[in-house]
Amino acid sequence: MNLGLGGLFWVVLQRDLMVAMRRWSDICNPVIFFVLVVALFPLALNPRAEFLRALAPGVLWIAALLAALLSLNQLFRADIEDGTMEQLLTLPYPLGLVILAKTLAHWLVTGLPVVVVAPMLAITYHLPADAIGILLLSLLIGTPTLSLLGSIGAALTAGLRQSGVLLALMVGPLMLPVLMLGARATDIALSGDDPTGPLYLLGALLALALSLAPPAAAMAIRISAD
Amino acid sequence: MITFNNLFQKRILVQDGAPPGWRFREVELLTGTGLTLWRGANCLFDKLSFSAAPGGALLIRGPNGSGKTTLLRVIAGLTLPEEGEVHGNGAPLSRRDESGRHVMAYCGHATALKPDLTTLENLRFFARLSGYPTDSLGELLAASGLVACADLPARVLSAGQKRRAAFARVLMSGARLWLLDEPQTNLDSAGRQFLERMLQEHLATSGTAVIVAHQAVDLGSAPTAVLQMGETA
Repeated sequence: MNLGLGGLFWVVLQRDLMVAMRRWSDICNPVIFFVLVVALFPLALNPRAEFLRALAPGVLWIAALLAALLSLNQLFRADIEDGTMEQLLTLPYPLGLVILAKTLAHWLVTGLPVVVVAPMLAITYHLPADAIGILLLSLLIGTPTLSLLGSIGAALTAGLRQSGVLLALMVGPLMLPVLMLGARATDIALSGDDPTGPLYLLGALLALALSLAPPAAAMAIRISAD
Repeated sequence: MITFNNLFQKRILVQDGAPPGWRFREVELLTGTGLTLWRGANCLFDKLSFSAAPGGALLIRGPNGSGKTTLLRVIAGLTLPEEGEVHGNGAPLSRRDESGRHVMAYCGHATALKPDLTTLENLRFFARLSGYPTDSLGELLAASGLVACADLPARVLSAGQKRRAAFARVLMSGARLWLLDEPQTNLDSAGRQFLERMLQEHLATSGTAVIVAHQAVDLGSAPTAVLQMGETA
């Protein structure tokens, strides 16, 4: 029988994960970058515990954002180059859903590892356990938002040859609210206050990106693939 | 020997429970009217019109750079023309017919194979997208001469083998409208025969094909219209 929308989502997601698993270096790059940046700060700066603790939310979030930016370039590029996107475009399925599946696959292999290693790195910054919990939660809500926002830029620049810097300039400003709210939530938790405010706002941004980014990226992909 | 008809019928029986041969519910005429497209200062085509009836083929010919591929992309809906429209039976070409099958199968220069996946994995993806039963993929691979490289990563396939895999994808789609861009590229003589048999079978079951071709294609008795694209302006 014909593929339902859920089936389509699952088939595309599964295929993208399979392709990613065959290319380990692509998966490892963002998380290695994240670990390197975060691990280098204490070496170069004053290693006093209270100083590092105050620095941690900002450093971890900036590194997460840069790692996300670094990986976005490849989101649709390969599909456009090898003709897969032409096939997906001529299918009788909503393209936004295909984009959403591809973005989720991308986040699972580039964003999720960052979220997983972040608490371990946070320990080296002397973060207390409850602040680590909030950091984890803010990254878990924030990094999918980064991937979704980035998918619009990646779709717009997928047809260009040298698009790395352009992509960063384009989607960087869109990502700033996520950076500010995520770092702020962790910071508030660090000072012992209630961080639900910024977390709710992060959640709202995720909902907004989840509903608006895939159709926008779908329109952009049609232009890029032309 | 596996015939393409068998492959088609299997798909239809498994998919819809419809009797063999009952492939298209309605006769669909493909028409393009007044198509105009500019690329920069170059006019690729101006007020171009064509039509292809079910069971017939439209051959697009013309020198390099005369806009053949672009025209095919316009028909596929991948490129928007400045003016004019492509219609299926008078209505804008939809991507799904009323029985849910895909309307068109586009086979461009790029073969849409992921280099890191095996041939079988690549084809399984498209089989699942178009509702082709994955357990008959073996027969399809045999028919397209790809059994030996079923488990090889697509990156080691030769250009001709990749093209055969792309044809297998077209066969799986079950679409009534095939859009083939220079399908004979990189094929050996057996590959050409495979392509021609596949096309003849498709046209005999009242499918439609639009083919960009430089060389002659033997389409048997199927009515063939030739669209000559302009000498480059």
